[in-house]
Amino acid sequence: MREKTRRRYLALKIDSDQKFSQKEFMNAVWEAVLRLYGEYGASKMGLTLINYNHEGGWAVTRVAHTEVERFRAALASITEIADKPASVHVLMVSGTLRALYRKARTSSFKP
Amino acid sequence: MKRRFADLHLQPKLSDDEQTENMLRKASELGYRLVAVPLPTISIDVYAKKLMATCHEAKIDFATRLDLKPKTAKELLHQLRKFRRKVEVIAVVCESKEVARQAAKDHRVDLLNFPAIDPRERFFDKAEAELASGSLAALEIDIKPILTLRGPARIRFLAALRREVAIAEDYHVPVVISSGATNPLQMRKPMETAALASLFDMNKPEAIKAVSTTPFSIVERNREKLSPNFVAPGIRIIRRGSDCP
Repeated sequence: MREKTRRRYLALKIDSDQKFSQKEFMNAVWEAVLRLYGEYGASKMGLTLINYNHEGGWAVTRVAHTEVERFRAALASITEIADKPASVHVLMVSGTLRALYRKARTSSFKP
Repeated sequence: MKRRFADLHLQPKLSDDEQTENMLRKASELGYRLVAVPLPTISIDVYAKKLMATCHEAKIDFATRLDLKPKTAKELLHQLRKFRRKVEVIAVVCESKEVARQAAKDHRVDLLNFPAIDPRERFFDKAEAELASGSLAALEIDIKPILTLRGPARIRFLAALRREVAIAEDYHVPVVISSGATNPLQMRKPMETAALASLFDMNKPEAIKAVSTTPFSIVERNREKLSPNFVAPGIRIIRRGSDCP
């Protein structure tokens, strides 16, 4: 029987002077993933946007637990969003959304 | 014990105080405990003092670094004699094979840096690695080109890095991964830098070592050597005075 897919939730911070829409942000993320790993690699990632805060410049995404390091590398390779200079940092990684928000309450990242 | 991370190659424009300060503060925020900035040879002390003060405010350790760019092996030897006792980290920017070979076999060189993007102008091959394995030199890899290059140029660059890292591993040459960042947006967290190393087939423990243990050991080794109590490797003065037998 097929094993249940384990997932990881990542809180991300956008580092830029500009504000970006959810679409612009996800376009940049998908572009980075596709550039580095192609469509086959991207299909294994199981990338989903869970939450996006335009004002705060943060996002929560979900990926397959085996792909966290690849996703981290793809995010690190982002140098611009919507043709404007930007970078994306991983604030924290967690196995459940509840744990991610619990961790966030005790850190500087306030979702 | 909590892991400590180092970025030995931040390249802010030293004439721009605001940018330099921003980058040092950001390094601290990103989780680095030690940074090094290449200093100009003409005013090492002036810049070193200024940067140390900024780093002290940002609660981050600062190591003085010099990037030597000699044209010939003879010029490299001359520069090493002149500057080795003045800074904590000496990196040689290898732009010719002659310089690369001399740098690899010299015990006074800490880092071998190959700035060329074109794989034919990068001289870290088996012969270079064999020489480096007999000295203390480590291979320094900057991640900046991975971020700035696109398409075939990045593909060729990653292939060259993959080959160099495999050779370094075979010959037990330590690898240091640095940012090479010239502006704050090119700086990445230590774990992100380690994740980028997976693009040239470095495994995670090795990549983490390349941003933590290896750079720290280079700086600590040189600080010990520059200390007035240093006599020879493994020998240092622990007490002075008339009560010493």
